[in-house]
Amino acid sequence: MIIAVASGKGGTGKTTVSASLASIWEEPLIAVDLDVEEPNLHLFLTPQIQGRREAHMEVPVADESLCTRCGACSELCQFKAISLLGEVLLAFPEMCHGCGGCLAVCPAGALTPGVRELGEISWGRAGDARFLMGRLRVGEAMSPPLMRQVKDQLNQMLAQTPADVIIDCPPGVSCPAVNSVMDSDLVLLVTEPTPFGFYDFELAWRAFSDLGKPMAAIINRAGVGDRAVYDFCAAQGLPILGEIPFARAAAEAYSKGQVLAQATPELNQAFRAIAGRVRELAAGAAAKEAAHA
Amino acid sequence: MLEIVVISGKGGTGKTSLTGAFAHLAQNKVICDLDVDAPDLHLLLHPKHAREEDFYSGHEAVIDPVRCDLCGVCQEKCRYQAIDEIDGALKVNPVKCEGCKVCVEFCPAGAIDFPEKHCGQWYESETRFGPMVHAQLFPGEENSGRLVALLRQKARTLAEERGLGLILCDGAPGIGCPVISSLSGTDLTVAVTEPTPSGRHDLERVVELCGHFRIPTGVIINKHDINPAETAALEAFCAEKDLRLLAKLPHDLAMTQAMVQGQVITEYQSQGLAELVRKAWDEIMGMADLVKAA
Repeated sequence: MIIAVASGKGGTGKTTVSASLASIWEEPLIAVDLDVEEPNLHLFLTPQIQGRREAHMEVPVADESLCTRCGACSELCQFKAISLLGEVLLAFPEMCHGCGGCLAVCPAGALTPGVRELGEISWGRAGDARFLMGRLRVGEAMSPPLMRQVKDQLNQMLAQTPADVIIDCPPGVSCPAVNSVMDSDLVLLVTEPTPFGFYDFELAWRAFSDLGKPMAAIINRAGVGDRAVYDFCAAQGLPILGEIPFARAAAEAYSKGQVLAQATPELNQAFRAIAGRVRELAAGAAAKEAAHA
Repeated sequence: MLEIVVISGKGGTGKTSLTGAFAHLAQNKVICDLDVDAPDLHLLLHPKHAREEDFYSGHEAVIDPVRCDLCGVCQEKCRYQAIDEIDGALKVNPVKCEGCKVCVEFCPAGAIDFPEKHCGQWYESETRFGPMVHAQLFPGEENSGRLVALLRQKARTLAEERGLGLILCDGAPGIGCPVISSLSGTDLTVAVTEPTPSGRHDLERVVELCGHFRIPTGVIINKHDINPAETAALEAFCAEKDLRLLAKLPHDLAMTQAMVQGQVITEYQSQGLAELVRKAWDEIMGMADLVKAA
């Protein structure tokens, strides 16, 4: 089963929940950080990194001497990554989305594949779990291409040895966030009961409902703010799998890089209960899907 | 004209709560929410929309099943695995489609349409603190960078029309497309962080990004009293990178209580945290004077 931990609003506790669940998960597990812009899961799981590689995307390299100035490439490119300015052919590799269209359409062989560095993918072990993360190169604007490569690697790892997967997702509800929950069996929405938390929670709920994903909520910093998110969950029939009470001690534990589920016996118990309900829900969702297929 | 963007790298450090307070304190400005994906500033400022416009950007491929002869060339050419065969028909998965037009170009049957995409809405509004420009991208959409660029353009036009000298922007979390778009041409960034491993890690990356664009950056350490050792590490980082430490603010639930009331902290209270936030704004203005002089 693949569990995506997402949130809408940033800083609500996605990584806290991901790291905590990973630390107490009893089945074989791969913990994945898909928040490639600001990956933080490794700061809490402190994995032993066993391998890393640069991730690249194919971009065009222009050879002016072969170019016939037909303009087919610049006409096709939707991203202004290649253009014919008068008689000059210019490639802007940082704008390229790697679709390969210009390379395929050029009749003169004036474009050849080059590469742009997207960032780095690394993997290793965190306790009994396997670990995988992507880290976007600072200055790189596009996270989805790197996320796709991390997911490809995840699929290879799963093919070798099957396991459950917990994905720490990026915040928000735009393209990167939707990409990261797309292949999951269950989306866990971590929120805080504040106006900001609730507004972004509702955005995320709407976005991921469109994907037809089963969802459940975890409420962090319970006790601050208001009741709006509880009312909403009740009205929508969205299960709340657990609450993490607001406590200064929890904030301090987090600030020291501690995994919350390991901070106190009570929190450990609370996360074990959450993990149990997560497994139940995800297994139910997977069974439903299998029945449909 | 001066443009200030408040960013953070990590989400949830207090960016928007502080930007809201700065919007209260600043004079003669246009307020701009550049977090078009999960915007929250409107929850404090309650903007009244004076103008509402559709945002169109990019295109998406749509296969016409009548014209399609199922040759599969589109599937072969698509690098995003966005085309699936469902019930004997080829369909584009709009979530995966990048709008690159490669399938449209190479379809031998000319069966793929390529309509423009309606990606969101943007607004010009009035608030109790002055005019505001903001937007809402539809869920799952890309091109947030283009929408950010559009908002900044609209904010500049509005500032010129009304003779306002400052554009104050709430940025998005992360270091990707929308953040890069919000940094280009900015005079000054204020990075809000917190004394946690994630806060420091993400600050380092966002500061490196600001360095790429050679933008002067000041730092606010929020919730500094949660972890004095981490706060000291953040201060050392600021000193090492020559970043101006603008303020250290304590963890205080008054910030959340103000939010619940739909107020900014400087409206909610006059003493305590509000006083420190006012001082932080004075520091930002002081830094802005230095930037303008340079």
